[in-house]
Amino acid sequence: MLSSTAKNLYWMGRYLQRAKTTARLIEATQRMALQSRGKEAEGVVAIFGMEDEFRQSQSQEGQNQRQAQGRGGRRLSDLVDFLAFDENNPSSIVSSIRSARRNAREERNNITVDVWESLNGLWLELSGKLRGNRATLDRGALIESVKKQAVMIFGAAQVTLLRDEAWNFLQLGAFLERGDNTARILDVKYHRLMPDGSPHAETLDYFAWSELLACIGAVRTYRRIYRSSLDPMKVAELMMLRRDVPRSVHHCLWMVDASMRELADAYGTRGEADRLAGELHAKLRYARIEQIYDIGLHEFLGGVRDGFATLSDEIGRQFLLD
Amino acid sequence: MAAKTFDEMRSGADSTIREPYRGVAQWLDSTSPERLAATRHEVDQFYRRHGITFGAYGAAEGSETTIPFDIIPRVMAWDEWEYLHKGLVQRVRALNAFLADAYGEREICRAGVIPEQQILVNAEFVAMAQGLRLPGDVHAHIAGIDLVRVGEKDFYVLEDNVRTPSGVSYVLENREVMMRLAPELFSAMRVMPVANYTEELLATLRSVSFSDSHEPNVVLLTPGHYNSAYFEHAFLADEMGIELVKGSDLFVDEGRVFMRTPRGPQRVDVIYRRVDDAFLDPLAMRPDSYLGVAGLIGALRAGRVNIVNALGNGVADDKSTYTYVPEMIRFYLGETPILQNVQTHRGDRADDLKYMLEHLAELVVKEVHGSGGKGMLVGPTSSKQEVEEFAQLVKARPDNYIAQPTLALSTCPTFVAQGVAPRHVDLRPFVLSGKKITIVPGGLTRVALKEGSLVVNSSQGGGTKDTWVLAPDA
Repeated sequence: MLSSTAKNLYWMGRYLQRAKTTARLIEATQRMALQSRGKEAEGVVAIFGMEDEFRQSQSQEGQNQRQAQGRGGRRLSDLVDFLAFDENNPSSIVSSIRSARRNAREERNNITVDVWESLNGLWLELSGKLRGNRATLDRGALIESVKKQAVMIFGAAQVTLLRDEAWNFLQLGAFLERGDNTARILDVKYHRLMPDGSPHAETLDYFAWSELLACIGAVRTYRRIYRSSLDPMKVAELMMLRRDVPRSVHHCLWMVDASMRELADAYGTRGEADRLAGELHAKLRYARIEQIYDIGLHEFLGGVRDGFATLSDEIGRQFLLD
Repeated sequence: MAAKTFDEMRSGADSTIREPYRGVAQWLDSTSPERLAATRHEVDQFYRRHGITFGAYGAAEGSETTIPFDIIPRVMAWDEWEYLHKGLVQRVRALNAFLADAYGEREICRAGVIPEQQILVNAEFVAMAQGLRLPGDVHAHIAGIDLVRVGEKDFYVLEDNVRTPSGVSYVLENREVMMRLAPELFSAMRVMPVANYTEELLATLRSVSFSDSHEPNVVLLTPGHYNSAYFEHAFLADEMGIELVKGSDLFVDEGRVFMRTPRGPQRVDVIYRRVDDAFLDPLAMRPDSYLGVAGLIGALRAGRVNIVNALGNGVADDKSTYTYVPEMIRFYLGETPILQNVQTHRGDRADDLKYMLEHLAELVVKEVHGSGGKGMLVGPTSSKQEVEEFAQLVKARPDNYIAQPTLALSTCPTFVAQGVAPRHVDLRPFVLSGKKITIVPGGLTRVALKEGSLVVNSSQGGGTKDTWVLAPDA
């Protein structure tokens, strides 16, 4: 298999996953804002470090237009547009899906018809709707549709792709992105809700904490596991350490490590990326939540996020993806 | 017939928009009828896709219908809600005190406030519950209090529901749908959220376990998927992360209740049951019941499991006990009732009966133990023949009936075939009592979709609305 093929599948996994995460994030943020707690909404751009880009997208011209239309204060819809439909924002849903489709298109011979058609179908719907009249665009429905179809694309891959190297690169990209996303979301949001990083709150904003869980679709999962009221430390534990939660950092690193090992077996060699993946996986696997609070949650998550960045670089080097 | 109807959006002779409805009125003005119609269509799709259905009694399997949801919210200002909140807390405290007393010393009877036969001869009295001391002395953990509004400041309690009140899943789902369909309305107005209901419900259930030596295991007991409220049972269990069990999933061993799991029996501490008293335990109640658990009542009496709501709560919420609730508030709390009762004529009192029969065509007549809008007569909207027939029923069993003046229930703008028109509404807030009393702002608004109709029950063609309590000015 060519390095360029590996690269395309790896990035297809990453972009698709990022689109899915962003769709969820937007839904959770919107819910939060609608439940009259709007001030948290803008924190969401900090998750992908897009504060500057967001500010720039709110150009003077746009501001004036909004003023003229008498909707000066409607920052929430601007935010949604930026995160979902702004083609100048490289992390937006539409940019991510465009990139994923480009990757898939170059590898049409290496993926199944089911995967290609479901991804292409999503792109056609998205781009078609965005070309239409934006004023009548049902943003909520489109975001929901992205979320659903992304699940279908991953599902198509799951049931139709040959379990070869290509499959492992797709998995690697998807789980690396997903684990990184969860770590970012937890870090940024926890820090905003509890700047001193304490594990328990005397009075707790139920809506803010359930929104944090909703970002990874785990509100009901939380209830199933803990069967008790929301508690910041348990939320952090669920999002980082529970291997049985499919979007937890630990689960994702477990899957990353597994894909790395399959690749190592196939190639008969191991490198620095394998070591880093194993190390990062072990860090989450053997951590205890109390210990993490001793270190400081923000510090710990900072280390994890750095770990993801280093691992990503090293994967690029080791498999000649760059 | 009562005075002029109070419309919650347009009040007064000049039909000015009332303050809480300003945002909704603007939204209605700026949204085209086509858009509203399209939105309504989306709602129906949403409810069907999510399987939020209601199986009417006696309907064939697979014939579940959706309860019509009206897309125009019902709105209350914060101070209106604050007033209701106080009144509801007061009323439910009194009802709980009464239930503890009714199955205890019956001091209220000895004091001559309520005749003892009102309790003991009541068909809903459960002798097996006599003398039980429940955690926190709470019997009505979940109460649905039906309120109607007839004027700017006039709210009446129509009835108390302290057995297994249902409908809260619609409160939560209606809000989800509204947020999805009209986000622009939410950004323009500050609406108090309701999504924490299940969190509060779980906390309430956990707080009334007999034992505090271990984490309580709470389950929801359903009669099964044939029950009309099965969707709600599954919804609440899922939201709380607790097991949804049928009678056959539970068993009693040496006075303790267990659920069957692949890992072996697991202890159960609190049962939120949505099964009626009579079916709970074939050993203690109806022997032909397949819905209950043999030995359950024994386990309850031994203080090994708590049953929510408590056994025998029917003595507090039938339509004849209702007339005593203001007295209960004075007797147990020493307070003046905040929420008013509707004037009620009792068939078992000679004077009242005479008045009832003479004025049948003006009154609403209900069965003492009736529910769901069945077995009732709405005098003013009934034919002469219907009134005559009902008079015969009342004469045959006077003590089975009560009568109330026909109230002019307030109206709210509602989307109907002809466009937007006023329709009558009521309100059922859900009051949670455990270690503390919690009420999520608002409740279930039911709306009579037929023009002029005063019957809001879903089994009689009623629909629901999202109920908005606006946040206090910061």
